Amino acid sequence: MASTWRYILAGLGLAALLVGIVAAIYLTLPQSAPGPDLSRSKKTANGLFVASFEPERGVVRQGELQSWLLTLKTAAGAPVEGAAITVSGGMPRHDHGLPTSPQATDYLGQGRYRIDGVKFTMSGWWQLHFGISAAAGSDTVVFNIVL
Amino acid sequence: MRRIASIASLLALAAFALLGGCGKPQFGDAEKKTIASLALNTLPSLKVDTTNQYADVPAAAALGSTLFFDAGMSRDGTVSCSTCHKIDRQFQDDLPQAVGVGHTNRRTMPLAGVARNPWFFWDGRRDSLWAQALTPLENPLEQAGNRAAFAHYIKKRFGERYERIFGPLPDLSSAPANATPLGSDAEKAAWNAMPTGRQDDVNRVFANIGKAIAAFERSIEPQQTRFDRFAIDLATGAKPEGNAAFSPEEVLGLKLFIGKANCVTCHNGPRFTDNSFHNTGVPPVDGLPPDRGRVDAVAQVGADPFNCLGKFRDGDESACRELRFMVKDGPQITRAYKTPSLRGAADRPPYMHAGQFSTLDEVVAHYSKAPPSVEGVSEVHPLHLSERERAALVAFLKTLSE
Repeated sequence: MASTWRYILAGLGLAALLVGIVAAIYLTLPQSAPGPDLSRSKKTANGLFVASFEPERGVVRQGELQSWLLTLKTAAGAPVEGAAITVSGGMPRHDHGLPTSPQATDYLGQGRYRIDGVKFTMSGWWQLHFGISAAAGSDTVVFNIVL
Repeated sequence: MRRIASIASLLALAAFALLGGCGKPQFGDAEKKTIASLALNTLPSLKVDTTNQYADVPAAAALGSTLFFDAGMSRDGTVSCSTCHKIDRQFQDDLPQAVGVGHTNRRTMPLAGVARNPWFFWDGRRDSLWAQALTPLENPLEQAGNRAAFAHYIKKRFGERYERIFGPLPDLSSAPANATPLGSDAEKAAWNAMPTGRQDDVNRVFANIGKAIAAFERSIEPQQTRFDRFAIDLATGAKPEGNAAFSPEEVLGLKLFIGKANCVTCHNGPRFTDNSFHNTGVPPVDGLPPDRGRVDAVAQVGADPFNCLGKFRDGDESACRELRFMVKDGPQITRAYKTPSLRGAADRPPYMHAGQFSTLDEVVAHYSKAPPSVEGVSEVHPLHLSERERAALVAFLKTLSE
């Protein structure tokens, strides 16, 4: 009889310990759901170019019109000059496009193009799609931005 | 007995462990961050308006204030800006659609924080506060005046005050008493008969009227509310005292607002607006003219001679990026209207761009149900909120008015 009680007690103790450990792990784990690819530099869809996309002033601010820099290099690393660039995008989970119409406004040399008029009006997952046409051919690239 | 006591203590231990896993604090870190971003203390100071060099000139604001309340600034001397933008009513009029000289098709917007908007009116058909102020002056349903008559009126009534701010008034002796490119056939004919230089003279006085009114309106800013006091206490870890403490219902409403109900998606930042345009399936009003919202406003703001790219702007063109990069077409701007600020909203029914809903309960019920739009595509999806959840959202919204 006494040993049965001991088993029950041990069982309860272990269960309590287990619950405590699970709770501690649950509370300390970062909330890391697998999200979209957030890299700011990548190969274009057909591998013609390597594109990098960065905010011109370094930080992304919600609700502000900002300019970004799109830097284009060939697969061999040479800067891409004279590219025609189209910009579109939106929020895939909200079924809506961008709140502004960003454009490539200036060529800054060394394959760098200013994309002005970028605005993210809400937090969440945004996508910017670029169509790029240059001497090497035409290609596309998509950048994901999560605010 | 001892065994029972040990079992009891072990059960208590298990209960504590469970509480460790499930007993959440009132708000998580992400929620706290969102709540802090909505508090009024995060509102940046008002930016300089380079398109209006008089925006922060006190004498211009004083003249603007006089003009704002002056019923002489209308065709028949009965309507001023303040007829609809009532000073003791958050600068709005409590009506479903504004009534000036005639009955309009849109709800009067309140003015707190208006100088921070990139776009004006429900559909953004003007791109600066001073260009906005000019529009009702000539709208036949609002103040119903015309720019030549306004120029003469300014010279007669406020000539000295005007000249101290804006410099010498032009010679208006040969300008017709009534003329505008937007008015009646007679007014249009009179306008078209004017030489370009004389038109420019009148337009310049007219633009300066808008710049003075805008200078006055810049002083109208949102006030701290119960929500702001609660948010500051939450951010600093202080215990909310007095009415800064939220009831469990208000806490639930706030959690829904920034969570499941997705309100904060568009009603974000310290003004509770993303300053953008959305189709949320708000129904049209029977008997009013067709209203397609933003999609029809794009051409109007583009054609406005007082827009940022026009010759009446002060400063350089770098201030015009909102206009330059605006979305000009596409299904997303059909029946899209500006996200209104929610500060003070509980005290100013009815709601939406034509006063479609008479209570906040109806507004929340609309978003919970999310009916499709009559034209274009609604961005909102059904939330299936319970009656308790809908009431909690309304309770939270009231904290933005207290």
